[in-house]
Amino acid sequence: MRTTFIESLSQAASANPDIWLLCGDLGYSVLEPFAAKFPERYLNVGVAEQNMAGIAAGIALSGKTVFIYSIGNFPTLRCLEQLRNDVCYHGADVKVVAVGAGYAYGSQGYTHHALEDAGIMSMLPGIEVFVPCDPMEVRAATRLIAASGKPSYLRLSRAGEPNLGAAVTDPRKPRVLREGREIVILASGPIASRALEAAGELAGRGRDVGVVSASCLKPLDEAAIRDAVRDASLIVTLEEHILRGGLFGLVAGVFAGDAVRPPIAGIGIPEQGGKTSHAGSREALLDAAGLSVPAIVARIEQSLAKR
Amino acid sequence: MVHAAKASHIGGCLSMADILAVLYTRVLRVDPADPQSPSRDRFVLSKGHATAIMYATLAECGFFSLAELDTYCRDGAIFTGHVSHAVPGVEVSTGSLGHGLPIAIGMALAARTAGAGSRVFCLLSDGECDEGSNWEGILFAPHHKLDNLCVIVDFNKIQSFGSVAEVLNLDPFAEKWRSFGWQVEEIDGHDLAALERVLGAVPAPSGRPTVVIAHTVKGKGVSFMENKLEWHYRSPSDELLAQALAEVGA
Repeated sequence: MRTTFIESLSQAASANPDIWLLCGDLGYSVLEPFAAKFPERYLNVGVAEQNMAGIAAGIALSGKTVFIYSIGNFPTLRCLEQLRNDVCYHGADVKVVAVGAGYAYGSQGYTHHALEDAGIMSMLPGIEVFVPCDPMEVRAATRLIAASGKPSYLRLSRAGEPNLGAAVTDPRKPRVLREGREIVILASGPIASRALEAAGELAGRGRDVGVVSASCLKPLDEAAIRDAVRDASLIVTLEEHILRGGLFGLVAGVFAGDAVRPPIAGIGIPEQGGKTSHAGSREALLDAAGLSVPAIVARIEQSLAKR
Repeated sequence: MVHAAKASHIGGCLSMADILAVLYTRVLRVDPADPQSPSRDRFVLSKGHATAIMYATLAECGFFSLAELDTYCRDGAIFTGHVSHAVPGVEVSTGSLGHGLPIAIGMALAARTAGAGSRVFCLLSDGECDEGSNWEGILFAPHHKLDNLCVIVDFNKIQSFGSVAEVLNLDPFAEKWRSFGWQVEEIDGHDLAALERVLGAVPAPSGRPTVVIAHTVKGKGVSFMENKLEWHYRSPSDELLAQALAEVGA
């Protein structure tokens, strides 16, 4: 994902001389192609995220489009007030790009796990939030935000994620990864691959399961979400993020006012259980948090039984 | 304004009044008729609570009418109690301390790239220098030789809950800036000629960013307000307002 991002950004910057990239002293072996090609528009500001966010706002308020890049919580939570006041309040054209979504930095430990970032970013006024599930969505989202003129958040995993579906037509719309109507799993981020595996398992048990990548958390396309689940008797959300404020909360909000609606099962990282003190790969930590494919299947079957 | 709105922060407004007067009449290249000109100088008020004096200055300069100041802090007005970019002539909204300098640095970087000779001036309070984000910027600007950037510190020695010396001592203040690589000017912040001399010298021939440590008096010009912490908060009564206006010759 990181490589796809920087390739896409470099293409956009070739066409638009107003695109800048700042990093907080992170991005080794990722950002170098941009830095080499556009040295006058690339800046490593040092390990200083509050300064980075403020500088980005100042450059953007001078008519530029500024990307800031770092790991998970650093360009988001560390400088949250700068993003709220300096970027979003002024409508400054700043794009926050975080790598290490969820447990992507696995054994690096809790400080490097981004578990609340997408929800917190979604709460900021006027920002658009993208949680792509594969490189194709990264490419489409990067192109879109480079030209949107709006504050944006792009949440990336790390490297090696496979493409999970067909070409992306509109990054703001849900993208069907697997057709199916009875149960629809709405997933955000690369954990969508586990949704596909779970759907395959359930299909083997006679269920009709669709999987939809809901990568654009904000603005959430409510009409398209409703259309994606129009025949479903169970909606499932799956995210590498705590449930509060994330995809589950946003989807639940769409249907909360309906007199009649299908149940919505939220599957994500438990708020307390997410505070792991153990080393582990992303895969191992997801399994430990109850997000293994068998656990996802079991949760869905439990929800079906409760209907 | 502060009296009519029963607002606060008059002490920190009066300590920087002379700084704004010199900036807006002698230094800044800004045009009320073209406030968004790309080649303008930028002024970032980082001590966003001192907003009454900011709005008054802009009105005196013709960015909007003096009559509009009567709406300060009134329901529905654009003139909020911390400085707002909805007001013509205001570059950025601030109020949470420690935000202005990084934004000013970004503007200075962009201005240098644009090559139009724009300068960026940023006014900090002394208490605001407790904020770590400022020191991130103070480290950054000399490294990048941002000679088109000038920070002014309104050093009135009183922050919101006590004296600077008691709450979190900044001394040796000038030495700190100097050791970070700044061109340091230390002056009486009520000496108009000195202000004009140091602010007019930006960009400094040294190629460094400039900091002007302006020694000021909180509540300057009003005997009962000078050096009194309480005038960070209080709004003058009718009687005290009349006395204050008489003392400043308004």
